[in-house]
Formats: sequence, C-alpha cells, structure tokens
Amino acid sequence: MVLNLRAINEDPARAKAQELAAELAAAAAFVRKHSIASIYHAGSGHPGGAMSSADLLACLYGAELNLWPDNIADPARDRFVLSKGHAAPALYAVGARYGFCDAKSALALRKLNSPFQGHPHVLDLPWVETSTGSLGQGISVAVGMAMGLKLQNIPARVYTLLGDGELQEGEVWEAAMCAAHHGLDNLCVLIDYNKLQSDNRNSEIMRLEPLAAKWRAFDWAIAEIDGHDIPEILSTLRRANVTQGRPSAIIAHTIKGKGVKYMENIPTWHGSVKFTRQQAEDALQSLGASRSEIKEMLDV
Amino acid sequence: MSNAPSLIAIGNDSLREAFGKALSSLADEFPKVVVLDADLAGGTGVHHFRKSHPERLLQFGIAEQNMMAAAGGLAATGLIPVVTTFAVFCLRAIEQARLSLAYARRNAKIVASHPGLDVGPDGGSAQSLEDLAAFRAIPGMTVISPADPIEMAKATRAMLEFEGPVYMRTGRSPSRRVFADDHVFEIGKGRIVRDGSDLTIVACGVELARALDAAEELEKDNISARVVNMATIKPIDGALLARCAEETGAFVTAEDHNIYGGLGSAVAESLAGSHPCPIEFVGVKDVFGASGEPEELAELYGLTGPHIAKAARAVLARKTKAAA
Repeated sequence: MVLNLRAINEDPARAKAQELAAELAAAAAFVRKHSIASIYHAGSGHPGGAMSSADLLACLYGAELNLWPDNIADPARDRFVLSKGHAAPALYAVGARYGFCDAKSALALRKLNSPFQGHPHVLDLPWVETSTGSLGQGISVAVGMAMGLKLQNIPARVYTLLGDGELQEGEVWEAAMCAAHHGLDNLCVLIDYNKLQSDNRNSEIMRLEPLAAKWRAFDWAIAEIDGHDIPEILSTLRRANVTQGRPSAIIAHTIKGKGVKYMENIPTWHGSVKFTRQQAEDALQSLGASRSEIKEMLDV
Repeated sequence: MSNAPSLIAIGNDSLREAFGKALSSLADEFPKVVVLDADLAGGTGVHHFRKSHPERLLQFGIAEQNMMAAAGGLAATGLIPVVTTFAVFCLRAIEQARLSLAYARRNAKIVASHPGLDVGPDGGSAQSLEDLAAFRAIPGMTVISPADPIEMAKATRAMLEFEGPVYMRTGRSPSRRVFADDHVFEIGKGRIVRDGSDLTIVACGVELARALDAAEELEKDNISARVVNMATIKPIDGALLARCAEETGAFVTAEDHNIYGGLGSAVAESLAGSHPCPIEFVGVKDVFGASGEPEELAELYGLTGPHIAKAARAVLARKTKAAA
C-alpha cells in the first residue's frame, strides 16, 4: 500500500494538532517574554530556568491540565505544583496567558503588596496550589495530593515540575520511593534538565547521571524527551496518563536561557539577576518581540 | 504484617497511648482524618488507629521530610492529615512543617511523641529539648503540650476540631493522672489547677504533676502556691497570666524542655509588656540529656517537685526584696 501523503496532510486531526502546536509555541514565547519583562521590572529574579521550562509549562496549561480559571476550587481538577519555585515568573506568565491572572498585574513580580512573590504562595494566588521555593518540597506535596485524590476516589491527576539541581535534595528520593510504593500512577513528574544550577554545571556541583537509570531503579515509568519539542512533550504527557500502577517521570532535556542568545547555557543567568534596560531589550528582541511590544512590556 | 506495639507502651497510661486510643475512638466521627506514620506506629500510639482503621494509616517509611510535606498535599485535597513521629524527627522536618504546612496554612496536625528527658534510656540523641521553641517560632503554628492521659484525650479532640496547623507533644513514659474525667480542655486557655496567693507555678506536660508536688511541699512551709496548667504554649493565655501576676506577683515556670524558647520564654514574653514581675525558670539548662530513667534524669537535671519548690522560694525572696 502506498501512503497517500496528500490525505495525511489534509487530515483535519492533523491540522488541528498543528494548530495546537502553533498556539502552544506562541504561549511559550509569551511566557519567555513576560518573564524577562517581569524580572526586569523586579530588578531581580531567575531568568534561566524560566526560559528552559516555558515549553513544558505551555503544554501543561495549554493542552494537558484539566484546570481552568473557573474550576480552581473543584476537587476533581488536575493539579500542578511548581516544585522549582524559583521559576515563578514563568508560572505567573503561563497563568496570565491562560486566564488565571492578569498579565499586566503579574509584571509587579517581587514588589511590595503584590501577590506575585519571588516564589509562589498559595495564600496569595490560590491557583498555584501550594507554596514552594524550598527545593524538594513540591514533589512531596504533589505526592500527598496524589495520595489524597486516590483515597477519595477522585480521578484527577497531579503534575509537578522539578529542576535538575533540585534532584540533589534527599527529599526528592524519599518522595520517589514513596510514590512508587503507593502506586501513584496519577502523579507525573517533569524534570527541567537544563544541566545547569546556581553556581555551575550539575556535573561539576553534584553529578546526576545516570539520571534515567536512577528513576527507573525507583520503579517509575520514564521518558526522555526534548523539552522544547512541543509535539513530543504533548505525546509524552498523553502516554504518562496510562502508566498503570506506576508514577511517571519525564526527563525533559532543555537549554537554560532557551531563546535568549546571550543567555543560553551560561550559568550566570540562573541566579537572581538584575537586567539593565539594554539586556532586557536584547533578550526580548532575541525572543522575537517587536519594537512596540518591547516598549509596551518595559515601559509600564 | 505489622509489628506488635512497643512492649513498654502496653499496660500503662503514657500520653502517647492515651493519644493513640483517643485518635482511634474519634476516627469515625472525623472521617477526613488520615494518619501518617514513619515506621513508628508501635511507639507513637497510633498502632491503635492502625488496628481500627488500617485503610486510613498511611505509611511513609523512615522518611520524615517527605511525610511532613506530603501532609500539606493531603490537606490540600480536603483530608485532615495527622503526622506522627518522635519529637526529634519533627525537628528534622521542621522546614517542611514551616513551608508546606504553616506558610500554606494547611489544616494539618503534627503529633510528636518522645519529647524531653521523659524519653529516658534512649539518651541524649533522642530527647528533644528544643521542639517547643522551634515550633513556637513558626507563624500560625498552635503548640500544645497536655499534662495527663485525660487531658491528652480531650486535646486530641480539640486538635481535630481546630482549623489550622497544630504541633502537639505527647510523652513516652507512664504519666501520672492529674485530672478527673470531666476535665475541660480548650486550646489557648490555661487553667488554675490549684489555687494559691504567694506565687504562681506555670507548668505543662509531665511537669504539671511535679508542680503539684512542689505546691504540696511549699504548703508545709506556709507558702501558698497557685499552679496553672498551661497546656497551650502558643497562643499563650496572656489574660490568665496577667490575672495571676496581679494576684500573686511572682512566677515559676516548669517544663521538660530547654529553658530557652519554650514555656518559660512564652510566659516571660507575655508578662514583660504589661505585668513585669520576678520569674524563675525550671527546665533543662541549655545542655543535652543523657541515658537514664525519666525520674533519675529529672532529678539530675533539676526538674522534680523539690527543684520547683526551691525555685519558688527563690522567686519569693526576689518578690519580697522588690516590695521592700
């Protein structure tokens, strides 16, 4: 049988998938640009990890999570926990993109009396689900949520995003053992594996490899993907829904500072940084922002 | 198969056993309660709950940090998690209690057995003398230390009815009964257990029975000591302390804890602003404990009735001097 390429290309489902991928790519671009702008206005914040996790967050909020601005109090909603709480600017940006908060308000990142604290706080913003910022705790909270949902026979799922440096916390492995022991197949961990942490490369600070083998040894269902390939992220998230008795971990290989040329793979941009006006403009330009868009985001 | 409960715990009225029995008997009334265990159910008293409600006993293994933070997640789904372990291991997971329970204002409970020198033979490494101070310093954390098995049962109910994070101490060793069955326990309220007019002894936990011993001894010397059971260390009952200051003018505090940061500090902080008066502190004097039977340790570290009575005489001397 000969493949009918024309029929495949004209398949409405395929067109729909392409449309979705384009929307998610636009959402990820928005997350990056908004994060740069909010960190610029704040005068501090962690841009590197916000850039590396933008595609993962866009896919979760734009396509995967059963979580909408009007169901954030519904017990049956899916939950997302940002275990790497220092990527808060990216979380606020994706929240703004999908209607959980106002984009302009979220530019008040780290400011006095703003609910957009340097790290997410659930009493300020209920839709962030829990307060994070101390590495290793978010995954445990997610484990507790997944257990609680199972105990109450609620079929919702729990997702949590961890940084790679975060995996050096012993608590992560306590949580990993616990989730497998309790068969939490409603739990999906995403790892933003950008290879850099605060001070240097993971491999210099504390080696993580062989990383997939570690999670496998803890009896998790594992996928290793390109964390910037939106169709691959989406298809992997779908597969993670059916791991039957095992929690899932998606090791997403990413580039720290992704999208901002002068930032990519340079550890300096992990830590809390203060952008000059020029750096913020260069970053936004590198992310494809127009002149008017740059002005609009930086001159508020 | 689960291990048998700790042999030491069987057949006595320790606070941990009283807690475990109360929790088990309250479980049907509080269907949202789940109990988190880190392989210590036999020692913390929750073996009673495990037997009566096995499906609601969540095993976390010997991994207290994950257990403490997971309690935050369980609470976020509407359950009422009761985290159980030894007091020292609560200290190990205190940052999880701070961020994932207190900061997020979860309706989660932490019940710590094996506090203080009352731990006895396990020795200094196991004797938490810092937990009241540490948990008291966390904003929004209610801190309770009941005095006898009757009060423990009542406090367990009050803790479950209360909305918000609570840290409650139980105890390892046989506990002397102080209260009658109709004893009333209310979070945030101290109670005068024995009236007196010359000074007030404020005690919590196992020290309440020893404070009553002291009052008995002082009476023989015609010293009238009031004894207050301050089972809630935070929020402290400032109104009762103010009244005692006005009526007796001097205080001794007594706790199985470091003299820094616990009950004594809470009492002093409360009085310093409005009713400054002489206070003597009975507690462990900023050193670690050691192996020994609880009564031997209480004697060695100065926590017994006679030690409290001695502190009472000292504070009375200061009170008299101040009045002169």
